[in-house]
Amino acid sequence: MAKELFRFLRSPIENYRRYRSLYDFSDLESSPQNVLHALEDVSFDVHVGERIGIIGANGAGKSTLLKILSRITPPSRGTAVIRGRVSSLLEVGTGFHPELTGRENIYLNGTILGMRKAEIDRKFDEIAAFSAVEKFLDTPVKRYSSGMKVRLAFAVAAHLEPEILIVDEVLAVGDAAFQQKCLKKMEDVGAHGRTVLFVSHNMGAISQLCDRAIWLKSGRVEMEGPVDEVIRAYLNDGASGLAVWRPEGVEPENTEIRVLEASLRDPASGEPTSMVAYGKGLRLDIRYEVPRASPNVSVFYVLRDAMGDVIYVSRDTDNPTWKGRERAAGTYVSTTKLPGFLKPGRYLLSVGVAEGVGARWDRYEDVLSFDVTSAGCPVNPARRGLILPMLEWDVIAEKPGVDGGKVVPLAR
Amino acid sequence: MKTEENDLQTTVIRPQHGWQAIDLRELLEYRDLFGFLVWRDIKVLYAQTILGFFWAILAPLIQIVVFTVIFGKVAKVSTDGIPYFLFSTLAVIPWNYMSTAMTTSSASLVGGQALLGKVYFPRLIFPIVPVLSKMVDFLISLVVLAGVMIYYKVNPGWNLVFLPVFLLLMMIVPAGIGLWLSSLAIRYRDVKFALQYVLKLLIYSAPILYSASAIPEKYRFLYSLNPIVGVIEGFRATLLGQDIPWEYVAPGMFTAVILLVSGALYFKRMERVFVDVI
Repeated sequence: MAKELFRFLRSPIENYRRYRSLYDFSDLESSPQNVLHALEDVSFDVHVGERIGIIGANGAGKSTLLKILSRITPPSRGTAVIRGRVSSLLEVGTGFHPELTGRENIYLNGTILGMRKAEIDRKFDEIAAFSAVEKFLDTPVKRYSSGMKVRLAFAVAAHLEPEILIVDEVLAVGDAAFQQKCLKKMEDVGAHGRTVLFVSHNMGAISQLCDRAIWLKSGRVEMEGPVDEVIRAYLNDGASGLAVWRPEGVEPENTEIRVLEASLRDPASGEPTSMVAYGKGLRLDIRYEVPRASPNVSVFYVLRDAMGDVIYVSRDTDNPTWKGRERAAGTYVSTTKLPGFLKPGRYLLSVGVAEGVGARWDRYEDVLSFDVTSAGCPVNPARRGLILPMLEWDVIAEKPGVDGGKVVPLAR
Repeated sequence: MKTEENDLQTTVIRPQHGWQAIDLRELLEYRDLFGFLVWRDIKVLYAQTILGFFWAILAPLIQIVVFTVIFGKVAKVSTDGIPYFLFSTLAVIPWNYMSTAMTTSSASLVGGQALLGKVYFPRLIFPIVPVLSKMVDFLISLVVLAGVMIYYKVNPGWNLVFLPVFLLLMMIVPAGIGLWLSSLAIRYRDVKFALQYVLKLLIYSAPILYSASAIPEKYRFLYSLNPIVGVIEGFRATLLGQDIPWEYVAPGMFTAVILLVSGALYFKRMERVFVDVI
């Protein structure tokens, strides 16, 4: 009791030490092995008019690189020389104020992104037309729908016209039609001799937009070159934990069941892969060890799209054969086929094991990922909706119709 | 080709260590943003209120009446013969400006963290914007001041030439404090809580409710090192048409300039870690 009271009274001193050291890196300099460099030895040239994609797993240093280049945070070492005006689109709608009208926010947002007032005056009508919210320009933005806000924000961003445009995952906002519009606009930007640096997890967007790509891995440049080559190498890189994952150094916390491996495979060849054409599903194998016989074991996965929305959750006990059936001690593989109705894009898989329903379970977040390519997609892949199923349709003519004077016979 | 390349501005990004110079040219380049941020603050302040800018008149008026009743009528504080209502009007109006400007300026970086991590512009803009935008309230509340002066038939005469000096001093004080506190508040959020109480006490540190002549002469210099004393005394003497009491004003001017320069330097020194620490 006295001890706790003492600790409580001392807490301001502790807090002071802690918050002061937020600025203080001297203790790290004395023990360099504790320092994590988000980027190290990263060196590259970008020429005028090039569109460069930057890819890499989460935590590889992509965002740090962009933050340094857009001067949001200074590097602790190294130099970057930039010729021309830089605008960064790290998030559309930065600095929008809900109480201000659309017109006022165009000016405010524009100047925040680095435009001069005269420049906005000149482009104002164009921006308003592009946003398609012209009628509501004198309405406070707080009364806008979220779609209108995004359109207005992107309209401002699209008219920045800097020499160098830095874009980080802005495609993750808005609906598919809007995303296509963004991509189109960025292509135009590149076509006008401007330089674009583009970070995305969406390999489709990268390969559509960029000519060259840089693959960052653990803060270093792993590969640099033509966009498709780099993407292919990146997607086939098993070590990056995309097609095959093993829980190295991860101990189960709540269950005794140990996941040994999770992998995505081509259903025909059985080879690990993380790329699949639209309509063809990959096979998911989850290998695990059951240490003691149990009737309540289930294995599941959560499928998420690149925006982080859960598409669905599936369990091996959805198969009635295995519901409540005892699994003896031993090693198992639960295998399933992913559906073909996934829209082209990137998906993330979390795998997990559970003992009993909602009782004890372990889940490994986003350990696998794969891309669905639009190859073989018979319809516009950017159609709205989370999934893109090809469903059965019938058309039944009920009355004979008249077509150009000819009677159309009844079908079926 | 060669000339075209030379037209483009070249930015060199390199590590920042220790003290940094203040890039005034860059600040000038961002003057439009400055303007829009100030204007946003003004537009948004009284959004969806019935009284709108009348609040800028009403709020100090109520305060002055309350002070007059309590300190003038009940406590009968000496004002060297000046009617208390006039006496406190001349002090409360600049004081209100300084205290609100200080508060908003100190909170500007923590409040602007969404912008801070998303886009680059000179960070120095954050604490300076409130110093300018709060001037609008101040200018409106001058209506009260003018009314009171007309009522008491006070004529400042040629003394008005000194007014710009004290207006500038009145803006330098919250700017200096705001630069210091906004960058400190990033690390220690205590600043927000401390400032609330300090401001309540600070009103007694300057001759706002009482006359400076109440301070014993041997402490006068020490007392006047507080730049708020200089602002209030200078402002009051200017508008009452009295001689400017430089012995109260000069030490404060000195402190104010030191506060501003040191604040700007400290701010620049801390700037590089703002985004990482916030």
